[in-house]
Amino acid sequence: MKEFVQILADAVSVGSLYALTALGIGLIFGVMRLINFAHGELITFAAYTLLALSGLPPPVMLLGALSVAIVLALLTERAAFRPLRNADPSTLLISSFAVSFFLQKLLILLVGSRLKGLNFLPGLGRQVELSGVRLQLLQIVTVSVSVILLVGLTWFLRATRLGLQMRGAAEDFRMARVLGVRANRVIATAFALSGVLAATVSCLIVIQSGVVQPRMGLQLVIIAFVGTVIGGLGSLPGAALGGFIVGAGAILLQALLPPDMRAFREAFVFIAVALVLLLRPQGLIPAVGLRERI
Amino acid sequence: MAPPAAPWRRLWPLIALLAIVIVIAVIASFTPAVLQRRTTQGLINLIAVVGLYVFVGNSGVLSFGNVAFMAIGAYVSALLTMKPTAKSVFLPDLPAIIAHAEWPALAGALAGGCVAAVVSLVVGWPLMRLSGVSASIATFAILVVAYVVFGNWTAVTGGQNSLMGLPTYVDLWTTLGWAIAAIVIAFVYQETRSALLLRASREDPAAAQAAGVNILLHRLIAFVISAFLSGIAGVLLGHFLGIVRVESFYLDLTFLIVAMLIIGGRGSLTGAVAGAIVIAVLTELLRQLEIGFQLGHATIAAPPGLGDVILALIMLIIILFRPNGIAGGRELTWPFGHRSA
Repeated sequence: MKEFVQILADAVSVGSLYALTALGIGLIFGVMRLINFAHGELITFAAYTLLALSGLPPPVMLLGALSVAIVLALLTERAAFRPLRNADPSTLLISSFAVSFFLQKLLILLVGSRLKGLNFLPGLGRQVELSGVRLQLLQIVTVSVSVILLVGLTWFLRATRLGLQMRGAAEDFRMARVLGVRANRVIATAFALSGVLAATVSCLIVIQSGVVQPRMGLQLVIIAFVGTVIGGLGSLPGAALGGFIVGAGAILLQALLPPDMRAFREAFVFIAVALVLLLRPQGLIPAVGLRERI
Repeated sequence: MAPPAAPWRRLWPLIALLAIVIVIAVIASFTPAVLQRRTTQGLINLIAVVGLYVFVGNSGVLSFGNVAFMAIGAYVSALLTMKPTAKSVFLPDLPAIIAHAEWPALAGALAGGCVAAVVSLVVGWPLMRLSGVSASIATFAILVVAYVVFGNWTAVTGGQNSLMGLPTYVDLWTTLGWAIAAIVIAFVYQETRSALLLRASREDPAAAQAAGVNILLHRLIAFVISAFLSGIAGVLLGHFLGIVRVESFYLDLTFLIVAMLIIGGRGSLTGAVAGAIVIAVLTELLRQLEIGFQLGHATIAAPPGLGDVILALIMLIIILFRPNGIAGGRELTWPFGHRSA
């Protein structure tokens, strides 16, 4: 029983990490119909910022990672996605693919492709005992941070003017513009928010794994894509739910599969995606107004 | 010069592209061995790009999955053609039929292409119903599943260890032969009724469907042909290097092949060939830059990895300023004189 609760805690904390990543991707897809491969590089660059600033007080490191991710998100939007705003989604997809590779290769050029150790906030690795179950402090932090961000984002989208505009833009971009929504501001806000999400994920991952590596973001994002697709492209609750299911599912598969099948768990996850796509092409929580009307 | 007759005009893009590829190979055969090997590798990439084009160009759906078919081709051909003694060292747990097989090179290559085609038929039949971005993500899923399976199916593929000791029969001329075959197959296919219907569905899926086009069927046909050619490219790559590594059939190769197609122009066979050639030449120049050159007594060399950065940058610039690539979706046309159609 105790073991089961520990596996469950693992699943929930990894699931919330993927939920945050998927949310960052879903946010951009909502307003721009862009599947942002480059989201992974936001995570990677934030992690390397932590590495570059290591030794300084942790709040400074956090702030540094946050600002690098936000600035990078805004820069990629301005340079690579804004000129293509009227292009079709597959052109945008290719563009983000190119941005992602450009940033990744640039990083390899600058710092090399080797894995580097980084001991950030080691205190969070401590075990705590909660009514007989031993949990890692980091797992509790991960879950709470995720919940806070989710609640904050929901509040922002529901209660603020900009949030309302963003939801309007996600539903019908052209109509929103006609009604006076400023496209540039809405999209820039979405990218900045995705930068915040990416930096958060980055910090949590670095604390957990203790290493940084140029490919780390892409690996996360590949799994998180699956989450956004399962949840329903363009739907934010769908992205969060889908990301959570994929992350938690991978951990549960790891624990429950017979040992010689464990290596294949990602294959199972991706086969699940294909199945969901076939049975529910719009995802678990379909987005409103995504289907083109003729 | 008088404009040629209609059938000749129709075949012109094919003849011109074949001539270009043959001329490149013949010129390369007079160069030092290193450059010959680079040209061979470039032609293998060209086959892979043409294979990707058959699906992407005609259907309009971007595929990230074709490198998975390259991997399938490479592994199948490797397992069928390697010497049984080599296999018993690296892969002691192989099923007996495969362990004792020692097929001739051509049979192994065809088997590799055919297995890739069959796999694409099985996975494509459900997945080709999807459209647009969902379809692209589904092809991405194919890539990841193949990567994970090949990387962990230790009994058959050696898992994370490389498969070594493949017969290295692939040289400039074999590759040229396959490149010609690939271009002919792609061209003949795109002149068929099926491909025409598929391109109609690319331009306007709703209208095509309303006019009675079975999009699923025609996409599937393109996907299977595309997978066959990708499989062949994988076979050649394996037997060119003499080694099959699961890592070499993943994101980097996918990026390279996709970048070649996008830069050349995904709308035409000319674009696919042009992209492969331009990027191959550019990569070679950048490689020289990374090796460095003598200037007086000092060697000036670009830092390693610069080539990749520049390749990504070029791809980005092309997408931003010329989204239809170098060829802009057109085929080569008869250059001398025009007759009003």
